[in-house]
Amino acid sequence: MVKNSDTPSAPTPPPVAASPLPQSPAVAARFAALHARPVILEAEHLTCEFDSERGRVTALRDINVRIHRREIVCVIGPSGCGKSTFARVIAGLQPVSAGQILVDGQPVTAPGPDRGMVFQGYTLFPWLTLAQNVRFGLDMQGRAENTADAEARQWLDLVGLGKFADSFPHQLSGGMKQRVAIARALAAGPKILLMDEPFGALDPNTRAQMQTHLMEIWRNVDITIVFITHDMDEAILLADRILVLKAHPGEVLEFLEVPVPRPRSLAQFNTPEFQATRRHLDALIHPAPSAHDPDHAPLPIIRLTQSGDDVE
Amino acid sequence: MPLLSVRREPPARYRWLLWVLAFSLPLAVWSAVSYVPWLWHPQVVVTDPGSVSWIQPGLRLERADFTKEVATAKSSGLTPPSGNPANPLYLPAPHEVGRALYTAFTTPPRLRGDKWLHESIVISIKTIFYGFILSSIFAIPLGIACGSFPALSRMTEPFVDFVRYMPAPAFGALMVAIFGIHLEPKVAIVFLGTFFTQVLITAGTVRRVDPALVEAAQTLGAKRAHLVRRVILPASLPDLYNDTRILIGCAWTYLVVAEVVGVSSGITFFINQQAKYRNFDNVYAAILIIGFIGLVTDQLLSFIGARLFGWKLTRRSRTRTFLGWLFSPRDVLYFPGKPTT
Repeated sequence: MVKNSDTPSAPTPPPVAASPLPQSPAVAARFAALHARPVILEAEHLTCEFDSERGRVTALRDINVRIHRREIVCVIGPSGCGKSTFARVIAGLQPVSAGQILVDGQPVTAPGPDRGMVFQGYTLFPWLTLAQNVRFGLDMQGRAENTADAEARQWLDLVGLGKFADSFPHQLSGGMKQRVAIARALAAGPKILLMDEPFGALDPNTRAQMQTHLMEIWRNVDITIVFITHDMDEAILLADRILVLKAHPGEVLEFLEVPVPRPRSLAQFNTPEFQATRRHLDALIHPAPSAHDPDHAPLPIIRLTQSGDDVE
Repeated sequence: MPLLSVRREPPARYRWLLWVLAFSLPLAVWSAVSYVPWLWHPQVVVTDPGSVSWIQPGLRLERADFTKEVATAKSSGLTPPSGNPANPLYLPAPHEVGRALYTAFTTPPRLRGDKWLHESIVISIKTIFYGFILSSIFAIPLGIACGSFPALSRMTEPFVDFVRYMPAPAFGALMVAIFGIHLEPKVAIVFLGTFFTQVLITAGTVRRVDPALVEAAQTLGAKRAHLVRRVILPASLPDLYNDTRILIGCAWTYLVVAEVVGVSSGITFFINQQAKYRNFDNVYAAILIIGFIGLVTDQLLSFIGARLFGWKLTRRSRTRTFLGWLFSPRDVLYFPGKPTT
C-alpha cells in the first residue's frame, strides 16, 4: 500500500457542501429524504495510481464520497480525470493504492456480484443466446436450471427483448445489446450498478431512448446506479447528484445536487433549472479558454482560394 | 471496380475464376515446360541410333553430347542418330503423373515386404493421427492453463520455447533407442515436433481473449474455475480450432522426417523406394496425394468448424457455401404452398 505524502490526512469531510444551485422546495425535500437513506457506497481517501507507458499516473487522489441507496450518481469530468478508473475500482477490477471503498460497510477487495457493471463495449458473450447471457450471473450463484432460465427471460422481458431470448448477440443492434447487458448485470442481483459510458457508442436517437429506458428500470428495481459519462446533458438528465472530477490528478471538484425535478424527461432540457445546471457544469469543466491553450488558439491558416470565391 | 485494387476484395464474379487460376496457372507452366519442345528440354531421347555403335534406342543424352555425336557422324559421312528432345526423368509430364495417380495404386510392390501405396498411406495417416492426437491431449490443456494464468505461463513457457528450437528430427536416434524401430519412434517425433509449438500457439490464442469479457464475467460473480471453463474456453474455442487445423499441416512436415527414422515406413518409404526405381511419376503422384489429403482434411475441418462456431461469423468457407446451396430446401420448387419466412 502506497500512502501519498501530500494526501491531507484530515478526518472525512462532510460529503456534501451546500448546493450552489437554488432548489425548489419539492426538490430540496427530495434531497433531504435521499440523504436520510442509508449509505450504500462509500469512498474513503481513495487513491489509485498505476504505471502506464507515460510513467506513474495518479488516476484518482483522495476521493471521499458517500452514495445513498437507490441514488443515481453520474460521474463527469474531462478525459483523463479517472472517471472510468473510479468505476473499475468500485467493481474491484482495479486495485486501490490507498484508502478504501465500502459497499454496505464491507471493504471491496475483488470483483463480486454485488456490484454489476455495464461496459461501453457491449461485452455480451457471443457464444451464448441472450437468455443464456442474462442467466450467466444466476448460474454463477449455482441457481437451478429451470428457475434461472425463467428469471432470465423475465429480465429480458423487462428490457423489452423477451422475444429475442433465443437469438445470439451478433443479431442485435447496439442499443439492444446494451439493454441485454443491463438485464444481465441486474439479473445477478447487484446492490450497485456501475455503468462506464454505456451509451457512448450509440447514435443520438438510440441514446435518448436508452436514457429513458434506464430511468424506467431504475424506478422499478432496487438498484443504486453509478453512471460514468462525459456528456453533461446525459448526466443532468439522469443524475440525482453529479460527481465532477478534475484531471491530472483525478480529484473531486464538486458533488453537485441536480435541481431539476423528477420524474425527468427529455422535455426538461429547456427548463431554467436544467440550463442553470448546464452552465454551472460548463464553467466547472471548461474554464474560460486561455489564448495559450493550443486547443483554443486560432488556426494560423492563410487564404488558399481566389478572392471573391467566398463561402460565407 | 478495377480487379487490382489495394486492400480491396475483387468483385464476387471474379473469385471463382481466381481460384481456378490459382491451380491452373502452375499447371499451365508445368504443361508448357513438358509439351513445348523448345522450352527447356535439356536432353534427347534417341529414337534411331544411326551408325553410332554405342547409342541404343531409348537412350537419354544431354543435348550437347547428342549434337556432338550428330556432328561427328555427319563429318565422317555416316548416318547421324536422331531423337526427340526430352526433359530429365525427374520431371515427368502432367499426363504421366495423372496416369501414375491411378497406376501407383495398381502397381504391385516390387519386393516382398514392400507395401502397396494405399497401405503406405494408411501407415502415414496412422502415424500422424497418433502423434497429433497425443500432442493435442497434452498441449491444448497446458496451453489453455498457461494462457489463463500468467504465473503458470512464466513457469512453463521459457522452457517450452527453449525446447521448441531443438529440431525434432535431432531426437530421431534417441527415440529409436527408447521406442524401438517401428511405429512408436515416428509417433514420438511427430509428437515432439508438434507439442511445443502447440503449447505456445494455444497459450497465445487464449491470451487474445477479449479481457473485457473476462472482466464482465468477474462482475457477474465468476471466479477462477468458472472464468476458465465458462468464459476463456468458449471464447477462444473457434481460434483454438483454427490453430489445430494449421498445426495438422505442421505435423505433416514432421511426418516425412519421422518416417525415415528406424525402419523407414509409410508414404515416405514409398516415395524413396519409387525414386530408387526412378519411377518419378509415382513420386509426384504420392506427393500430390499428400497434398490432396491435406486439402480435404482442411476443408472438412473448416466445414465442421463453421457449423460449430456459427456465432463467430468468420468468412464462410467455399465448401460450406457450395454444400449449403446444394442441400438448401428450395421452397419455391418443392413446397409451393409453404410460406417463406
